[in-house]
Amino acid sequence: MSGTQTTYNDKVVRQFAFMTVIWGIVGMLVGVIIAAQLVWPELNIGPWLHFGRLRPLHTNAVIFAFGGSALFATSYWCVQRTSHARLWGGPLVPFTFWGWQLIIVLAALSFPLGITTGKEYAELEWPIDILITLVWVAYALVFFGTIAVRKASHIYVANWFYGAFIIAIALLHIFNSMEMPVTLTKSYSMYAGVQDAMVQWWYGHNAVGFFLTAGFLGMMYYFVPKQAGRPVYSYRLSVVHFWALIFTYMWAGPHHLHYTALPDWTQSVGMLFSLILLAPSWGGMINGIMTLSGAWHKLRDDPILKFLITSLSFYGMSTFEGPMMSIKTVNALSHYTDWTVGHVHSGALGWVAMVSIGAMYYLLPRLFGKKEMYSTSLVTAHFWIATIGTVLYIASMWIAGVMQGLMWRAVNADGTLAYSFVESVKGSYPFWAIRWLGGVLFLLGMLIMAYNMFKTMAGGKIQDVPVIAPAGHHA
Amino acid sequence: MSDFVSQFWNLYVIVIVLVSVVGCWVFLLLQSKATFTPGVPTGHVWDETLEEYNNPMPKWWSWLFVITVIFALVYLALYPGLGNFKGMLGWTSAGQHTVEVAKMDAAVKPLYDKYLAMDVKAVAGDKQAMEMGKRLYLTYCMQCHGADARGAKGFPNLTDSDWQWGGESTQIVETISAGRMGVMPPHAQLGGETIKDLANYVRSLSGLPHDAVRAGKGQTAFNEAGCVGCHGVDAHGMQALGAPNLTDKIWLYGSSEATIIETITNGRTNKMPAWKDFLGDAKVHLLAAYVTSLSAK
Repeated sequence: MSGTQTTYNDKVVRQFAFMTVIWGIVGMLVGVIIAAQLVWPELNIGPWLHFGRLRPLHTNAVIFAFGGSALFATSYWCVQRTSHARLWGGPLVPFTFWGWQLIIVLAALSFPLGITTGKEYAELEWPIDILITLVWVAYALVFFGTIAVRKASHIYVANWFYGAFIIAIALLHIFNSMEMPVTLTKSYSMYAGVQDAMVQWWYGHNAVGFFLTAGFLGMMYYFVPKQAGRPVYSYRLSVVHFWALIFTYMWAGPHHLHYTALPDWTQSVGMLFSLILLAPSWGGMINGIMTLSGAWHKLRDDPILKFLITSLSFYGMSTFEGPMMSIKTVNALSHYTDWTVGHVHSGALGWVAMVSIGAMYYLLPRLFGKKEMYSTSLVTAHFWIATIGTVLYIASMWIAGVMQGLMWRAVNADGTLAYSFVESVKGSYPFWAIRWLGGVLFLLGMLIMAYNMFKTMAGGKIQDVPVIAPAGHHA
Repeated sequence: MSDFVSQFWNLYVIVIVLVSVVGCWVFLLLQSKATFTPGVPTGHVWDETLEEYNNPMPKWWSWLFVITVIFALVYLALYPGLGNFKGMLGWTSAGQHTVEVAKMDAAVKPLYDKYLAMDVKAVAGDKQAMEMGKRLYLTYCMQCHGADARGAKGFPNLTDSDWQWGGESTQIVETISAGRMGVMPPHAQLGGETIKDLANYVRSLSGLPHDAVRAGKGQTAFNEAGCVGCHGVDAHGMQALGAPNLTDKIWLYGSSEATIIETITNGRTNKMPAWKDFLGDAKVHLLAAYVTSLSAK
């Protein structure tokens, strides 16, 4: 490279970081709309904007468009910085960006049109499934290619988690999406009956475990110590909780099928590994929060750290709640109620979105040639609005969920049901309204973030950053 | 019945589950034996500032891990989980359901038996029985017949005095117990003009506006095309076949000319499911009484 130094490929990080904010707003807006549809059913307008079609659009948009873009952005940033090498793969890198965006646009078109496989979190039809596979293989090549050409001798812990996430998602996506195409827009699952349900929830729970947990733990392991300016609490803890987490998560899926046609032994095994998951999950929380030990004062005036540490608190809370809900007798009450929805959102809003938002506030000024965000007080405002929104959401869904579960199982002295289903729907209305308000607040926070992002982008001089040599060690 | 096609898979599950659960414990123990230097970084540095302390794992955390592993092993001894091994408690989810249902059934049996011994019409006049009947109705019947029991297109209104299959107590019990299958055969072969004539004739029977010339031709067709076979010469229907009375104001699918043409052309198939096996005689008896009480109002 005749005299010119190699630089990091920050263009793709910039693209994904920008789209994280945009898709966050889109996905959460759809969430707010479907939450409103539950409170005001008249808002179900035509078949295209009906709850049944918008709900998968919401889940796919927030998980794969918002969460996915955040993971692409941060993993590409992290793997370059901690490998001390430019992203490997040349044209594969822009292919992952444009391919992923195309997939998102196709999802946004096909769901309202009613094109779906009907498999939760895997609703996209087979041609899009093939496109996902191609993009994901390219992603794996870029990520592991960069690891392969790294200059640092050891692989940093964040990359273990990103790597596990990339490999597991490839495995899950391919096996769960095995389907027989009938037409361009219709296919049937290769599996039938209870096997189909089991494969679906093996996929479904590991989408949570690897996409929404392992991937974001990778994010946590880079941005928490970076922003705190302190070493990770325990290397050994990271080793143990990493292997234990990725090993046990794979078993946990059957807890989605308690008291169904799935054999009892499978349900039990799923429940037990879900319980064993508690400690491995908490390992990440401990390592993140204890990293701040001795520097708690930083939390007072650094809103980015506020986002990151609060996300770890919600992560710890929902990874405690999850194993508890997997216990058969608890599940008998919680299953099919809004408690599950609340649990998912304490993870999705409290953990996934907050850690991503924190990471984006770290990245955006660095990506657009600025020292810091346009307005730090707007970041702080975003933090408080998002936190209040999350708490309103979770608390209302807990109350609604437990109430629904109790109403459904209540019987009269004559053995008849004390409440018809519609009475539990009626009783849920106030809590659905509070949930909607929580969602509106969270969306409002994202709009503030977008304003702050555009202001930060304005007038910034984007500069390529030279790859730095790893610090000497093993002296 | 075994969940496995061969003994191999049974053993495979047992071994892989036990090795995995115990393996978590062994892995934790082995890792805990590493040399720790609390408060001192490992020496590796990435991206200028990223380091890791060589701290041991928190003790309480290791114990939490071990406790969940021990819980799993105890649970596997007591409950199904290791392949075909049933567990020492002999628990199954289906068994739990059977026991709970049997317990509740036994508790409420005297109450239901009391009403089963009574005549349906007498039960219909009993306040407590009708409260029970309403709750049963709101659980099992409202999905089709509606919360107010006024039905919907294709689902009969239960609050009027019209009975497609008969309103005698024994007939209502029979309808709920064994279900009903109503079939109006398609008559497209009659041709569009004749069907339109028939539709006008049928509308004339109910006193609805109609084309008198067509209705006259329709009357002839009604007698010749075989309609009388089910609906009768006087078009009053036949309860044994569930063939509706065409001279009243009650229309299961609608009374517009277009809807009647659709009914005659394509026919209609309708089904009331059989509830005897699911609900048992006593609950069917109460529901028959409840439905009777709705008509009496």
